[in-house]
Amino acid sequence: MVDAYRLRSPLAHLGLGARAHEDAELSGTGVTMTEIPYRGLINIRGDVTDKTFVDAVQKAVKLSPPVDPNTVSGKPSTTRIMWLGPDEWLVITKPEGAERALNALWKNLKVDGLHAAVTDSTHARTCIEISGPRAREVLQKGCALDLHPSVFGPGQCAQTIVSKVGVMLIHTATAKNGDPTYELYTLRSFSTYLWTWLEDASQEYGLKVG
Amino acid sequence: MSQSHRLMDGGRIDRSKQIDFYFNGRLMSGYQGDTLASALLANGVNLIGRSFKYHRPRGIVTAGTEEPNALVQLERGARTISNMLATRIPLYEGLDASSVNCWPSPTYDVMAVNGLFHRILPAGFYYKTFMWPVSGWKVYEHFIRRAAGLGKSPEEPDADTYDKMNAHADVVIVGAGPSGLSAARAAAATGARVILVDEQPELGGQLLNEKFEIDDKPATDWVTEVEKELMANPDVTILRHTTAFGYYDHNFLGLLQNRSDNVAYGQDGRTRQRVWRVRAKRVILATGAIERPLIYSDNDRPGCMLASALRAYVNRYGVTPGKRHVIFTNNDDAYRSALDLKAAGAVVACVIDVRKDPSGELVTRAIEAGIEVIDNSAITGVLGTKKIRGVEVMKLTDDGENVTGKARTISCDTIGSSGGWNPVVHLHSHSAGKNTWRDEDGVFVPGDTLQAEAACGAANGSFSLSQALNEGDFAGLDAASKLGMTAKTRPSVAKATSDVEETPWRTLWYIPTTKPAGQRGKHFLDQQNDVTVADVQLAAREGYRSVEHAKRYTTLGMATDQGKTGNIPGHAILSAALGQTIPQTGTTTFRPPYSPVTMGALAGRAVGEFFDPIRRTPMHDWHEQAGCKWEDVSQWRRPWYYPQDGESMQDAVSRECLAVRNAVGMLDATTLGKIDIQGPDAAEFLNRVYTNAWSKLAPGKCRYGLMLGEDGMVMDDGVTSCLAENHYLMTTTSGGAPRVMAWLEEWLQTEWPELKVYLTSVTEQFATLQLAGPNARDLLSEFTTDIDLDPDAFPFMAWRDGTVGGIPARVYRISFTGELSYEINVPASCGLALWTDIMNAGEKYGITPFGTETMHVLRAEKGFIIVGQETDGTVTPIDLGMDWIVSKKKPDFIGKRSLSREDTARDDRKHLVGLRTVDPTEVLPEGGQIVAATRPEPPMDMIGHVTSSYWSAALNHSIALAVVKNGRNRKGDTVYVPLKDKTVACEIVDPIFYDPEGSRMNG
Repeated sequence: MVDAYRLRSPLAHLGLGARAHEDAELSGTGVTMTEIPYRGLINIRGDVTDKTFVDAVQKAVKLSPPVDPNTVSGKPSTTRIMWLGPDEWLVITKPEGAERALNALWKNLKVDGLHAAVTDSTHARTCIEISGPRAREVLQKGCALDLHPSVFGPGQCAQTIVSKVGVMLIHTATAKNGDPTYELYTLRSFSTYLWTWLEDASQEYGLKVG
Repeated sequence: MSQSHRLMDGGRIDRSKQIDFYFNGRLMSGYQGDTLASALLANGVNLIGRSFKYHRPRGIVTAGTEEPNALVQLERGARTISNMLATRIPLYEGLDASSVNCWPSPTYDVMAVNGLFHRILPAGFYYKTFMWPVSGWKVYEHFIRRAAGLGKSPEEPDADTYDKMNAHADVVIVGAGPSGLSAARAAAATGARVILVDEQPELGGQLLNEKFEIDDKPATDWVTEVEKELMANPDVTILRHTTAFGYYDHNFLGLLQNRSDNVAYGQDGRTRQRVWRVRAKRVILATGAIERPLIYSDNDRPGCMLASALRAYVNRYGVTPGKRHVIFTNNDDAYRSALDLKAAGAVVACVIDVRKDPSGELVTRAIEAGIEVIDNSAITGVLGTKKIRGVEVMKLTDDGENVTGKARTISCDTIGSSGGWNPVVHLHSHSAGKNTWRDEDGVFVPGDTLQAEAACGAANGSFSLSQALNEGDFAGLDAASKLGMTAKTRPSVAKATSDVEETPWRTLWYIPTTKPAGQRGKHFLDQQNDVTVADVQLAAREGYRSVEHAKRYTTLGMATDQGKTGNIPGHAILSAALGQTIPQTGTTTFRPPYSPVTMGALAGRAVGEFFDPIRRTPMHDWHEQAGCKWEDVSQWRRPWYYPQDGESMQDAVSRECLAVRNAVGMLDATTLGKIDIQGPDAAEFLNRVYTNAWSKLAPGKCRYGLMLGEDGMVMDDGVTSCLAENHYLMTTTSGGAPRVMAWLEEWLQTEWPELKVYLTSVTEQFATLQLAGPNARDLLSEFTTDIDLDPDAFPFMAWRDGTVGGIPARVYRISFTGELSYEINVPASCGLALWTDIMNAGEKYGITPFGTETMHVLRAEKGFIIVGQETDGTVTPIDLGMDWIVSKKKPDFIGKRSLSREDTARDDRKHLVGLRTVDPTEVLPEGGQIVAATRPEPPMDMIGHVTSSYWSAALNHSIALAVVKNGRNRKGDTVYVPLKDKTVACEIVDPIFYDPEGSRMNG
């Protein structure tokens, strides 16, 4: 584990921490955005019809890889597995759980007789969380998928494009008042462009940096 | 100036809110709710501009999007927009509009002289005159375009912003008139997600212009009720002031939303216009109909309007277009205009009807109201040019092809003509729908479609209000039911209580005079492009039998209004001239956009910093603070070189080159593509995609590979390392990474599904710091204790895992510079920290950051290729002199077979060679063509070109790489690079200029 002070998140140069401090008292904005860096992001590949593979994943992270396309298993508060393709998933952990999960997955999946891949991409992406009553409209400005809750509800995910940037998009939750929360996992090199674009698209609704 | 033509009351305007505006610099006033057109008419202004070709004075014809004449230049400077329709611009405070197509003013226009020469400006005039000689057009065009005055483009960057929105719906309804509202109501009641679009700022469509009643109340009351009901439904999106400009395959629609009535807007973070990209399960076209004019002589004089426009101005804006009005019609509907004008207290001189003994209910009402009805007659002439003084009227013969008797002159200043209505079938046509000719009233109605689409109301040729309400209701329910949705309680269908029975139209496409067309006044079909009946008849005589050819020859329907008013009459005239029916002639194809769309809206926010993503490495901020110059490598932004105070690029690059050769340099190599390869067949996979053999590469070792296309041409290159048994890491070129990944996946998924291999891109997981130079080992040794850097323990083309500066790292000992070199890979989030630490510690070793330019020079000194620079898709490994990397033993690899093709296997193809200029200080331009012998002038036989060329600071002379025909066998030959002002002589040499033994990078 690297000392935390030596880490620098992809959006650190935007001074989001200071802005969040300034915005702390803001209320009534249409959109709230936050960078959540360093979550464990472990890409796994394997054959979901092979019980050995599913059992190995289950054993490593106490969770099965979802079989239904574009769904996420697990809870945001612990570990989740995002469906990326028929034989590809992304295991998402809290930052402090990343190393343990990687080791456990490697140990259980990289065994003789099981064809599976485990690849760490924890530092390849960052997460931008966007929430609030107008969050969906902001995303729809740049995303051609139908994000209406009847089509793309909580627990659903997609790999898509938001204004020229590829993202892994999760509808994390819907608040009691109906406001959605989304997570956008984007490659770190694109994250400045994406954040800046989202911020621009949020202007008319009022933006709070969380 | 007073609003001389404004009624005391009535209309949907707010007389308590006066709005001041400018037209051609003159201050005028109107009211909230006006359009620019209605405000101008209220001020007695109906000379708006000059026509495109003849510069004839023109005025407002319509009250809507079909307007051919009333084009204005709106605003000035950065916000100016040309060719805006006065009929579509909601009036706002300070609006500043001016005429187009005239100079110095619409009243005195110097180009009006063209009108006097109309006999030499017939259809196809430009083709006939200016297309010969061919080279002449570029001279003529300048003057013609200027004379044409197509409005002015802004000369400054647009001051406004635009954006886009994606939307999805079960049912999209285009048009919020009676049928559209009815459809929206019915569909919404089923729970369907509905988007209702209308180009006007308020809902109601034609109802806003009429005095209709629904359920025994003013129709606009019903509109308000339905609007309220729809707005309360969260699944209904209402887009006002939004035009559906295109209807494409798979029920995809493009909408242009005006988010502000005011061009000088956009201060609160909102964009001025928005393009909606809508994907609909079902589409209902409730786009209404457009009235078509009667085509009579000099029908373009200011004051010649559509009959329906007259009542629109009276009913909706409280404006009488003229002081004395004449209605000219072939149908009952136009009598509504006479009645509404009369009811508002305006003078209606008479109704001229081309039908004999018209007898409908509306006719009777007009007669009862004391309006003179002149039947079986036609307008044969319009008196006055800038302002109408009267009309000449004559009796029609029974066949309607001639006039007879004595002309009667009727004094008037405004004419409202009606030749019936055309359903707006444009969107239906956009999506490849066919149109069907309905002979009884001479209209095209929507026919078969390829989309999940239906038309209703006037758009479907059902012109009465009750038809509109009923068809709309049915269309809404039907669309929902086709999606499996039904309403629990169905809203009752509204009743049109003001409908009356109407008698048939008399189709008369051309209104005759006493002379053939073109000899007594002009019969305009397309007023915006100045196309007349005589032009279309001439085109037919000259052999233009296809409607598409005739359109392009005459320019009928090719202006910004796309011939919304004149197209169908034009096609009818063409058909008559060709002696065939209208369906035989057919119509031209309506194409998007339905009405003009600004370029800004199509660009949306993808301008400036949002035009294309800039990819930043973890060390981006360091480079920026160091003052580097940037190079764009695909979407990546890489440091190009780091100039110090006052340094030229060459000085900086030479300094960086020497630092690497003599001390140590550091390069940010993060952008290199990296692909993680896992699986029992990984080595076999590499064997198939690379030209060399991989089976024996041991863990801890690296190997360089060349990737070919199926054509045997070099496609990518890079170093691949064996991380463990069945586990490899491939690197690709920075720009080629996504392409290579897709290429490998394609082979795996479509050709070799039996191979057990998984590929995962890990490009962004790592920050890559490349240390290069004789001091690299000493410097690195300060940062690691667990990696043995001894050359025997850690040789060239090997990698080691360990810790560098307290960070878990993988270090590759590979070299692109020809020096002792280490590529340190650490988790990307740690890249900046390590880079900074090494830079600080490296000072005593003379560390210098270097950019891509220095990397290019150093590798060229070593004769290392760059894919895409030395290669261009036509170069084989053998051409590059790299046959050592092409396995002769492997049974197959991608491109192998192509290498033995006769042409690919020739030994006199273009080969990679080095070039030394005879004058060592001369640096050749890259791309320079090489000849074996010069001639005084081109053409000369070119035998190759310069691919890379630099000043080599280490060697103190210029170097160049080139591909030359049979180059390997020409070493020692002198060849020439002819340039614009001189010819450079060079000698063909070996492409490796520096350290050919490789002792430096191996050391």
